[in-house]
Amino acid sequence: MLDQIRDLYQEVVFDHNRNPRNFRVMEDANRTIEGFNPLCGDRITLYVKIDGDGVIRDVSFQGSGCAISTASASLMTEIVRDMHESEAHALFETFHRIATGKDDAVNLEELGKLAVLAGVRAYPARVKCATLAWHSLEAAIENKEATVTTE
Amino acid sequence: MSTAPAPAAVPIFDAARIRKDFPILGQQVHGQPLVYLDNAATAQKPKAVLDCIAKVYTEDYANVHRGVHTLSQRATELFEGAREKVQRHLNARHSHEIVFTRGTTEAINLVAQSYGRPRFKAGDEILITAMEHHSNIVPWQMLCEQTGAVLKVVPIDRTGALVLDQFEALLSNRTRLLAVTHMSNALGTINPVEKLIEQAHRRGVPVLVDGAQAIPHMAVDVQALDCDFYAFSGHKLYGPAGIGILYGKEELLNKMPPYQGGGDMIRRVTFEKTEYNTLPYKFEAGTPSIVDAIALGAAIDYVNGIGIETIAGHEHRLLAYATEQALRIPGLELLGQAADKGAILSFTLHRIHPHDIGTILDHLGIAIRAGHHCAMPVMDFFGVPATARASFGLYNTFEEVDALIAGIHKVIEVFG
Repeated sequence: MLDQIRDLYQEVVFDHNRNPRNFRVMEDANRTIEGFNPLCGDRITLYVKIDGDGVIRDVSFQGSGCAISTASASLMTEIVRDMHESEAHALFETFHRIATGKDDAVNLEELGKLAVLAGVRAYPARVKCATLAWHSLEAAIENKEATVTTE
Repeated sequence: MSTAPAPAAVPIFDAARIRKDFPILGQQVHGQPLVYLDNAATAQKPKAVLDCIAKVYTEDYANVHRGVHTLSQRATELFEGAREKVQRHLNARHSHEIVFTRGTTEAINLVAQSYGRPRFKAGDEILITAMEHHSNIVPWQMLCEQTGAVLKVVPIDRTGALVLDQFEALLSNRTRLLAVTHMSNALGTINPVEKLIEQAHRRGVPVLVDGAQAIPHMAVDVQALDCDFYAFSGHKLYGPAGIGILYGKEELLNKMPPYQGGGDMIRRVTFEKTEYNTLPYKFEAGTPSIVDAIALGAAIDYVNGIGIETIAGHEHRLLAYATEQALRIPGLELLGQAADKGAILSFTLHRIHPHDIGTILDHLGIAIRAGHHCAMPVMDFFGVPATARASFGLYNTFEEVDALIAGIHKVIEVFG
């Protein structure tokens, strides 16, 4: 039965959990967002630099959370760099649809590297972990000031 | 701890027989036998309670206190009979000191709004402790906002026990109420409430005891404790969810205005004035959760059929055994090691988040709680975002402790 758990906890997830990428404060960020999952206490501070053309030039984060939320944040910082904010938004929409099981015709290829997190769809309680960083990014794109929660 | 018996050496408690009373425990989860260790969140229900619910709805159900017809009289008798069972269980002086609420949370809010709000003034102090769960923090914070009263918090030490010197120091001439948990949901700590109540009373301070965690695990005698209020929920005592109890001393309850307005709390209504009903109906506006109240009575009968002391003894042996096993696991840190402690094992694993522990254990059929347990200040104190918590009930076994320990080893293995 632990084979199933490997769908959720793939090596990539462990790797990013142990060594999260872009885990740093960004002094010259032009968007800083606090993300919080009140259900489990996961916290993230997301730093984003978006240029005048809407291109995400840099993303970094700090915080504490489970392996899923840490890996998701870490992967996200790698994936969305140099993406236009509209592309990042579209990717999140796809990811969210797949993660929440709302997409029956799952096409993991659309997710690229993010596909390693698609396993959360079998774990409804963990979807919020996987999407916290993304909700924070959405808020950064919309330039919201308030703390983001997954509630 | 050192005298924890080996699993085979425990003849005192026939868990196998007890488990047959709980139909839900017979199932498998992810192909594994269910090991339910989330009793501090809510307990499973024995057949006696389930049958009671079915029987009342099938044979005796009607609204209470209103009808002249037979079913209403039957339902009223059962409902008031349940109140008397609670009275006897808590050793309250009168059955009208027992108020049915939706749960512990509503009971505490009732006291905050009905006892505190008309009385407390700016600068008055409400004393709570650093180990309270949110239900015994937030209603007081709301009351402070409404009245200008100030919340004071008795600290805890690294073992999770109250710092009693600080309690004495914080108990002042301005203290108007002490609200304290009998047993901590996040740490298992059992507070010396009798002593705290005595000290508070010496200064004329009334005391509310949050008994949500304590009531399934120990005998509670509100007269011996001399507490002014005692709150608990049915669902943690193997009864239904949505029903709870506020015990209050008659004298205090009589002085308190109704908490909510509506049917059953009135004696006579005109558009000029409403005359309130007597205790306890004054605090029971609207149609109560009739069957749940009756089934809470059945749960109390069930627990007393086994004996709360017998249950407590079994759970203590489980905790001692689990603690000894857990402390041998490298990287495991146990939060809450107070000398007096109930059957709760709250822990963290080095570099593995409690949520990940919870998910992997779930795959092994083991249900634990992972999170802040609605006690975020406790988490802040220990500097952790969350813990994994295994909490035991009367139907848990030593084999289940073994499964938990093996499961934790598996988690460590998966995380490498």
